[in-house]
Amino acid sequence: MASTLRILNVNGREHQVNVEDRKLLLDTLREDLGLTGAHAGCEHGVCGACTVLLNGRPVRSCLMFTPQAEGHEVSTVESIANGDELTSLQQAFVDNLGLQCGYCTSAMVLTAHAYLQENPKPTREEVRDAISGNLCRCTGYTGIVESILAAAEAGYGEDARAGGE
Amino acid sequence: MKPPSFEYRRAASVDEALELLAAGDGDAKALAGGQSLVALMNLRLARPVTLVDIAPIAELRGVSSNGSLRIGALTTFTELEQDPTVAQAAPLLAEALPYIGHPAIRNRGTAGGSVAHADPAAELPVVLSALDATVTVRSRTGERTIPAREFFRGFLMTAAGHDELVTAITLPPATDGAAFEEFARRPGDFALVSVACAVSGGEATVALGGVSGAPVVVGPTAVDSEDAIDAFAASAAESIAPPSDVHGSREYRQHLTRELVARAVRRATAARRS
Repeated sequence: MASTLRILNVNGREHQVNVEDRKLLLDTLREDLGLTGAHAGCEHGVCGACTVLLNGRPVRSCLMFTPQAEGHEVSTVESIANGDELTSLQQAFVDNLGLQCGYCTSAMVLTAHAYLQENPKPTREEVRDAISGNLCRCTGYTGIVESILAAAEAGYGEDARAGGE
Repeated sequence: MKPPSFEYRRAASVDEALELLAAGDGDAKALAGGQSLVALMNLRLARPVTLVDIAPIAELRGVSSNGSLRIGALTTFTELEQDPTVAQAAPLLAEALPYIGHPAIRNRGTAGGSVAHADPAAELPVVLSALDATVTVRSRTGERTIPAREFFRGFLMTAAGHDELVTAITLPPATDGAAFEEFARRPGDFALVSVACAVSGGEATVALGGVSGAPVVVGPTAVDSEDAIDAFAASAAESIAPPSDVHGSREYRQHLTRELVARAVRRATAARRS
């Protein structure tokens, strides 16, 4: 099939990719741009492992064809850290055993990153709801919820909203 | 899996989209947020030859209210959640919105897409059926406004022709009382049963989701006493023949229906009293 040149804005940089129109944004990010933080899980919108931010909001990159992303700002988990230094949210996942196999982790981090900016001091129940669209098949939810609550307690949401994280 | 190949066309205007849909002669599909269609294509359950991306069409976005509430087809569920006009003009819709998928789905999913897809467990068709709302569709030959109760024909089937594009939905002015109830195994899952209830002049109308190929409307029925509410809930449960599947038996869905209708009517009438 014919490929088409597409211009994508990913992590604040413009990229040109030459891909088939049917190529999922997820696969273009991973295969053409080398951004392997978004993971392919179910590939039909259920598991949330492919989460990226589109104009700052979490979306499923497996439910978007590459050309649909043109004209939008795409952010992947690779854009979250300050260089090689973890953000306090990422560190909270380390400190609170918020990951086991790690497959869902990048999506959990992005989902929490966006959610805490919206609701900086959530209850445990609200955090559980907020990550309900992201499956962890290690079923390590307790550690994930603890991690997000710890980051919230430390002011991650306010800092991220102010542009500090 | 990966989706099959298709021809991708981006429409800058409704007219251009309608030309492309007509030229597709049944093999072209409109692509809005893609939260249902792309999933079906990834599973290879849908194989459109042409996809017409309508996302750039600004005139299909946004909400306006003059008593009734007009919602442009491309308005996302997140935009509806954040719009104070919606909460004011359509409390039933506002109550149902958080049940639609997950935030990441609501960030992309659109009102028009949900209506055109017509999943029997989706929340929006149930709300529209309860309120007797209308769906506006346009083709090259003109525009039609179809009552929601006639628009949803069955499992993923609607009254819209393949050359017609859903352009807007219109909700009538808010009723005296309203309530939405849903039971799903996890937040964001498709509903086992959902109930949208609108109360007007002491009479309740409910639409039931997840129990049939299309929303089932019951009422209006007077609900002026506790006994009348219980009787109405029982008759609603008896009026349906939901499927048994891995998620729940027919009897369980009927039990849920009876319980959720009673809860919804109680809340909708209590809101009216207070």
